[in-house]
Amino acid sequence: MSIRVRYESELKGVFDNLVLMCRHIESAIENCIKALMEQDIELAKEVYESDIIIDRLERDIEHSCLKILMMEHPVAGDFREVSAALKMITDLERIGDQAKDIADFATQLGGGKAVSKLEHIPQMATIVIQMVKDGVQAYINRDLELARSLDTADDKVDELFCIVMADLIALIKKYPEDAERAIMYMMINKYLERIGDHAVNIGEWVEYAITGVHPKKIRKTANGKGKK
Amino acid sequence: MTKYSLSSVNLWYHDFQALTDVNIDIDNNEVTAFIGPSGCGKSTLIKSLNRMNDLIEGCRITGEFLLDGEDIYGNIDVNMLRKRVGMVFQKPNPFPMSIYDNVAFGPRTHGIKNRTELDEIVEKSLRDAAIWDECRDRLRKSALSLSGGQQQRLCIARALSVAPEVLLMDEPTSALDPISTGKIEDLINELKREYTIVIVTHNMQQATRISDKTAFFLLGEIIEVGRTEELFTNPKNEKTENYITGRFG
Ligand SMILES: Nc1ncnc2c1ncn2[C@@H]1O[C@H](COP(=O)(O)OP(=O)(O)OP(=O)(O)O)[C@@H](O)[C@H]1O
Ligand SMILES: [Mg+2]
Repeated sequence: MSIRVRYESELKGVFDNLVLMCRHIESAIENCIKALMEQDIELAKEVYESDIIIDRLERDIEHSCLKILMMEHPVAGDFREVSAALKMITDLERIGDQAKDIADFATQLGGGKAVSKLEHIPQMATIVIQMVKDGVQAYINRDLELARSLDTADDKVDELFCIVMADLIALIKKYPEDAERAIMYMMINKYLERIGDHAVNIGEWVEYAITGVHPKKIRKTANGKGKK
Repeated sequence: MTKYSLSSVNLWYHDFQALTDVNIDIDNNEVTAFIGPSGCGKSTLIKSLNRMNDLIEGCRITGEFLLDGEDIYGNIDVNMLRKRVGMVFQKPNPFPMSIYDNVAFGPRTHGIKNRTELDEIVEKSLRDAAIWDECRDRLRKSALSLSGGQQQRLCIARALSVAPEVLLMDEPTSALDPISTGKIEDLINELKREYTIVIVTHNMQQATRISDKTAFFLLGEIIEVGRTEELFTNPKNEKTENYITGRFG
């Protein structure tokens, strides 16, 4: 029994750090978009700072997981739980990087008039923030349904991505002098879409932790669905 | 290929039922591990694979034990069976004679008298058991002068000397240090190319390291049997999960 008590308490530490990492990522995405929309350079700087914290949390969680693997030799559900955490933090860390990249553009775009039809970008941000939250929540609560729901949310993100892209193409055609700014917005559009994909990856690792089967493996062999 | 095929096996020691409706296939050139809490019948089942239980009074067995399709509890020569199916026990049990004689013992019993032939068998068995280099210069010394880990490998050499097809090992490394354990695990990995190996172990890491298939026992029943990687990452039965993750026992 004492073995499990130690394992559970170490895993609890991983959970706590994951939740913390998730919080920082949520506000990083929120802030980078706000910085972009409101041309707020100070807010963009805050995103850089949270990125440093996110990176540190990734290393801390990674260290805890490796320690659990080495000291506790977890098997079965425990093993999957720890491996899933190890995989998830890579996606979380990448999401943090993408928020930072968006903050970069927010700084570069500073001043000047905003491109029209921008309302879709904050809309995407709202969805991906919820996706990241749901991914981590699904892991902590072992909630299979929530983990699987990320796929549907991602479809919405992809849809918005296409709308924004079409808008930007139309804009470049109409106002060629705005092409440079439009391309930067296109990059932001792409980063948000990638964040959605990373959140989907997280959901898949949660599904693996819970069921023992990684959904991508099945999908690939079954009908070649699944993106990328 | 299937080496052993057991179906509906039941075993009693007097009126105590130690195995209940055991069904399992054991494949050639693979390592099959038996795991489970103390007293669940692992040793009982492994011993029944070469009829070591015959010696125990009050022991009664029913069901089918096919070895290469032939029932080992049917009309067969038990000595022949023991030659085909060797056994290594938890505690090394070398005979109180020289290292050489320990290994030559089996072949001699089976009628090999020719000196050069015996020399060859002794050397090959000791090499296969990864202990040749440590004892080539002291073959005439008493086997009891070897360390515990060396004695265990000597016992493996002794089991190999009669060219068995199957090697049964009941907790072969439980009394050994990590280095000797590592040597024996490497050895098992080597040996499976030629033999069918069944091992009882209480060490979960050992089971995951060396076995291809794992059977989980509980109170005389096989609760789950499957590919080792699958059983340890995604067990189908909750009792298996609870046991291997240390939730009980
Ligand atoms: N010769 C015997 N006579 C009576 N009962 C026996 C005999 N040998 C074993 N048993 C009983 O049969 C059951 C299974 O014993 P067995 O030795 O097969 O367990 P095991 O799984 O190998 O345990 P361990 O991990 O402690 O070695 C136990 O309850 C044991 O007490
Ligand atoms: Mg035993």
